[in-house]
Amino acid sequence: MSRYSEKDTAIVGIGMSEVSRGASKSALALTVDAALEAITDAGLTRADIDGLATWPGEHANGSGFSAVGCATLQDALRLEVNWYAGGGEAPGQYGAVFNAIGAIAAGLCRNVLIFRTMYEATARKTGFANALMKPGQRQGGPFAWYAPYHTYAAALQQALMFNLYVEKSGIRPEQVAQVPINQRRNASLNPKAVYRTPITLDDYLASPIIATPLRLYDCDVPCDGAVAIVVSRMDVARTLPNPPVRIEAVGSSMRYRNSWAQLDAFDTQAQPKVAKMMWSRTDLTTKDVDIAQLYDGFTFHTLNWLENFGFCERYGAKDFIAGGTRIALEGELPVNTGGGALSGGRLHAYGAVHEACTQLWGRGGARQVKGEPSVCATSTAGGPLAGCMLLVRD
Amino acid sequence: MSHQSAPRRVLPLIDGDNRTFWTGGEHGRLTIYRCGECGYYVHPPVPFCPKCESRKVAPEPVSGRARVFSFTVNHKAWLPGLEEPYVLALVTLAEQDDVRLVTNIVGCPPDGVTFDMEVEVVFEPAEDLWVPLFRPVKAP
Repeated sequence: MSRYSEKDTAIVGIGMSEVSRGASKSALALTVDAALEAITDAGLTRADIDGLATWPGEHANGSGFSAVGCATLQDALRLEVNWYAGGGEAPGQYGAVFNAIGAIAAGLCRNVLIFRTMYEATARKTGFANALMKPGQRQGGPFAWYAPYHTYAAALQQALMFNLYVEKSGIRPEQVAQVPINQRRNASLNPKAVYRTPITLDDYLASPIIATPLRLYDCDVPCDGAVAIVVSRMDVARTLPNPPVRIEAVGSSMRYRNSWAQLDAFDTQAQPKVAKMMWSRTDLTTKDVDIAQLYDGFTFHTLNWLENFGFCERYGAKDFIAGGTRIALEGELPVNTGGGALSGGRLHAYGAVHEACTQLWGRGGARQVKGEPSVCATSTAGGPLAGCMLLVRD
Repeated sequence: MSHQSAPRRVLPLIDGDNRTFWTGGEHGRLTIYRCGECGYYVHPPVPFCPKCESRKVAPEPVSGRARVFSFTVNHKAWLPGLEEPYVLALVTLAEQDDVRLVTNIVGCPPDGVTFDMEVEVVFEPAEDLWVPLFRPVKAP
C-alpha cells in the first residue's frame, strides 16, 4: 500500500480528435473520437470504463469553453460507470485527474475516462464569446469585481499579473519571445498542431499588443478539439499493452487567497506552494525530469512554471530560456514539445498531458525527444488556479 | 464612420454583502468592510474577520486614496464602440496593503500610468449603482 494514492494510478491510453480553427464536425463528435481512441489505445473496451471525469463540466452557453460534459458523453457512449464528476472548482484543469485518483483510491472505479472538449474556434465565429461573462447581463460571483471595468477576456486579468512580473523580473520582450518561437518550431514537427509555420523574433515583436505587455503571440490559440485519457488503477494498468505512465506525484493545494484580484502571490501566480506540494510527495527532483509540458495559456505561465517548479531561480527564467537552446527539443529540458497551446491549440492542459504520454511512449515522430525520456513534469492553469503532476513511464 | 455607442459597463449582481460598496458613491463615499474588534479591513466583503474571528465586521468609509499595484493598457477593441486604449488596474488601499480593488484609471493618458502611482477614487453613476474609478492624485 503506497502512502500517496496517486502512485497507485497510471495513464494507460490517450486520444485526440482533429484539432482546428473550425471543426468539420460537432463538439460531441470530436469528443467521441478522442474517447474511443483513448479506450482503444489503452487496450480496453467501453465496457471496461467504470469512471468518467472532466473539467470544468458542461457549459451549455455557446462559449465553446466546455462544450461537452459527463452526462452528454456518458449517454453518447452508453457507458455504465460507478462514479463520475465534472466541475470547475478544482486545482485547474487537472482537477479532473485528481478527482479520478481519489475515486480509484476509494474503490469506486478502476478505469476512468477523463476528457476535455474545446469548441471555442467555432463559437468565436458566430459571435462574441468568452468564458467570463455576457455583456448586457449583470454579473455574479467572483468575476463581478472585474466585470464593470471592461475586462472582456482572461487576457486582461493575466496582463495585470504579467506586467507585475515584468516589472519585478526585468524580463524583456525579446527574452519572452523564446517561448513562442520554441513552441512554433516544435509545432512545425507536429502534424496535428494548428499553426506550423515557424516564427522569428521579428514576427513576435511585430505581433499586436493585446494588453500591455501581452502580445498576440503570447496568447494560446482558441480551437476546436477534444482530448481523452484513461487513468487506471496500477494493478490493472500493469496488465494493459502500454507501459503505464505512473502519476508519481500531484500538487493540488489552495493555500493562497483564491482570487484573481486578491491573490497573495500575484506575479508568481498560485504556483509555488502547489509545486512544493508535488515535490514533497516524491523522492525525484528537478534533476530527474527529462521533459516538461508546462501550462501556456499565455507565455508568462510557462515562464512562471519554470521558476516555480525550481528549474531555475525566481526571476531567472529570462536567463534559463536565453537563446532558446535549453528548452528546445535537443536541449537539457525540452519544453512543450508538441507546440503547446500557443501553436498546437488551446486544448487547455489536456493537450499537454497527451503530449507528455506521446513523448514518454516514444511516439513523437519528427519531434520525439532523444534518449527515451521517462520523467515529465506537467502543470496547468494560471492566476489563483494551479495544479501539477509528475509523470513517470514504467 | 461607425457611430456605434460605447459598450456599457457590465454591472455586478447586488447582494447583502456588496451593496454598500457599489452604492456608496451616491454620497461620494468608498466603503470597505472593517472589523469592529481589531480594525482589519476585509475585502471582498465578508461578515467575518479572518484575523481575529470576530463577527463584528461592517462597512466603513475609507479615504479613497490608493496606489497602483499593477496595471495594463488595453489595445484591443473587444466590442464594437469600445474606446481604446484604456487602463485596467489593481490598486491597493492607502489604509491596508492587502485590500486590492479592480478599477480603471481615468483622468490621465493611458501611457501616463505607473507602478505605485498615487490615485484617488471618483465615481461613475451606472443605472442604480456608482462604479468606483481612480484618477491620479497629481497629474503625471
